[in-house]
Amino acid sequence: MDIITSLLTEHYNATIVFFATALLGLSAGLVGCFLVLRKQALISDAVTHATLPGIGIGFLLSLHFGLNDGKYLPLLLLCSAITAYLGAAAVQFITNKTRLSPDTAIASVMSFFYGLGLLLLSIIQNIDAGNKAGLNSFLLGQVSGLRIDNLILLGAVSIFVVCLVVMNFKNLRLLCFDKNYANLLGLKVKTTENLLLFLMILVICTGLKTVGLIMIIALLIIPAITARLWTQRSELMAALAAFFGALSCIGGVYLSSALYDLPTGSTIVLFAFALFTVSLLIRIIRGADA
Amino acid sequence: MSMDNAIAPLSVKNLSCRYARQDNYALRDISFIAKAGTITGVLGPNGAGKSTFLKSILNLLPHEGSVKFFDSTLAKNRQKIAYIPQRSSVDWDFPVSALDVCLMGLYPRIGWLRRISRVHKEEAMHYLEQVKLQDFAHRQIGALSGGQQQRVFMARALAQQAELFLLDEPMAGVDQKTQTLLFDLFSDLKQQGKTMLIIHHNLQAASAHFDHILLLNQTLVAQGTPEQALSEDAISRAYSPIEA
Repeated sequence: MDIITSLLTEHYNATIVFFATALLGLSAGLVGCFLVLRKQALISDAVTHATLPGIGIGFLLSLHFGLNDGKYLPLLLLCSAITAYLGAAAVQFITNKTRLSPDTAIASVMSFFYGLGLLLLSIIQNIDAGNKAGLNSFLLGQVSGLRIDNLILLGAVSIFVVCLVVMNFKNLRLLCFDKNYANLLGLKVKTTENLLLFLMILVICTGLKTVGLIMIIALLIIPAITARLWTQRSELMAALAAFFGALSCIGGVYLSSALYDLPTGSTIVLFAFALFTVSLLIRIIRGADA
Repeated sequence: MSMDNAIAPLSVKNLSCRYARQDNYALRDISFIAKAGTITGVLGPNGAGKSTFLKSILNLLPHEGSVKFFDSTLAKNRQKIAYIPQRSSVDWDFPVSALDVCLMGLYPRIGWLRRISRVHKEEAMHYLEQVKLQDFAHRQIGALSGGQQQRVFMARALAQQAELFLLDEPMAGVDQKTQTLLFDLFSDLKQQGKTMLIIHHNLQAASAHFDHILLLNQTLVAQGTPEQALSEDAISRAYSPIEA
């Protein structure tokens, strides 16, 4: 109890940052597990970049409605979720309507939305209103500003994500493994696909402010592929991906604060990749094929 | 046999299928009826459209013509229909065990948001026993032999308690033991009144195992009993290059 009391009193801010990022890592790892299993890791790239125009639009809208000098977070997140969804839909549309492969569709959609986002942000920098400071944190993340309300939000989102995944585990797994079969059995494939997309957008949008839009991709994918190296069972893989995601965040936050005040988003991703590398080496040494 | 009066598990009328975004047909104008309690073999050279045929029937590919299951639609009979895909279409690296795959056949009965219970696992084990895989239940599917992999998917079809089985090359790349086991299983299922449509590559085995043959090469070259459908003339027409 002493430790907890001292954590809460002496290191109040640090404790919040640790827990908040750990929860984000947990959710991202869990959801990312299914993206990896579905061989759709790249789609997260398109969806994350597609959040950026939403941030700009959200800023302009909240400015227009006089909310919090333009930085009304719920509106920013809602708009980014909407453009993220549009990004995913655009990839789907291009893939369905042309002969282009998904990776081509993703590459073009991603650059379009990112370009549009940067354009909006630059316009916003030039207008003479609102508090624009910190808008760039959506790009690279900023953990130092995390407060108790962020922790509560991330806690709620994590519980929600974990519950949905546990309830739908067998449906999500079947979707990733054998979509045709799920379709044949009439097992609500469309619903499950939308659920996975929803979970991904939820994690990305809540993670934007924390680790930034580039690094959230890594947090979705790297813990999942690390987990895959340790097990042949999907249940265990999901649990391990959540664990590695949380561990990466805790390790990254610790490194960034304890060492040289490095950018946290980067240290989190580097820590996650270090876990992956170590796992891979262990696997190679043990003689199993990776 | 009184079977003739029973509702046909599968009836296909003027089925055609075009390749995606192309004008030429992969399959053209195929009509046939599978009677209850029979095994139909689908034969033909590589590229004849055998897999396309099965996938079109199951609405996994866009097609023209009508397909009826038990005198009704696919949507109303989903759980009665089991499909075993070609081995090459499965992701064998996926982290699932033989038992996990077999359990998938039970999902419609388990329910949408329900979790898999011990009872379900025991039931799935029973189906794995029927294909002699009980000792491999917890092995990841990629670590099984070709024949064992095929049997896992057969167990999943059994778990589904299907009435109609559509199998895409179940004998491709499997060992002798699996072949014998599967053919025995097919005749057991037939005894129980189940219906099977099986893509097969070996013309010789056909007469022994199939009641009805569809000889395909982009269109239906011949159909009937093995004697009727596998005449020398029909075979040479099916296996000779088709004119453009």
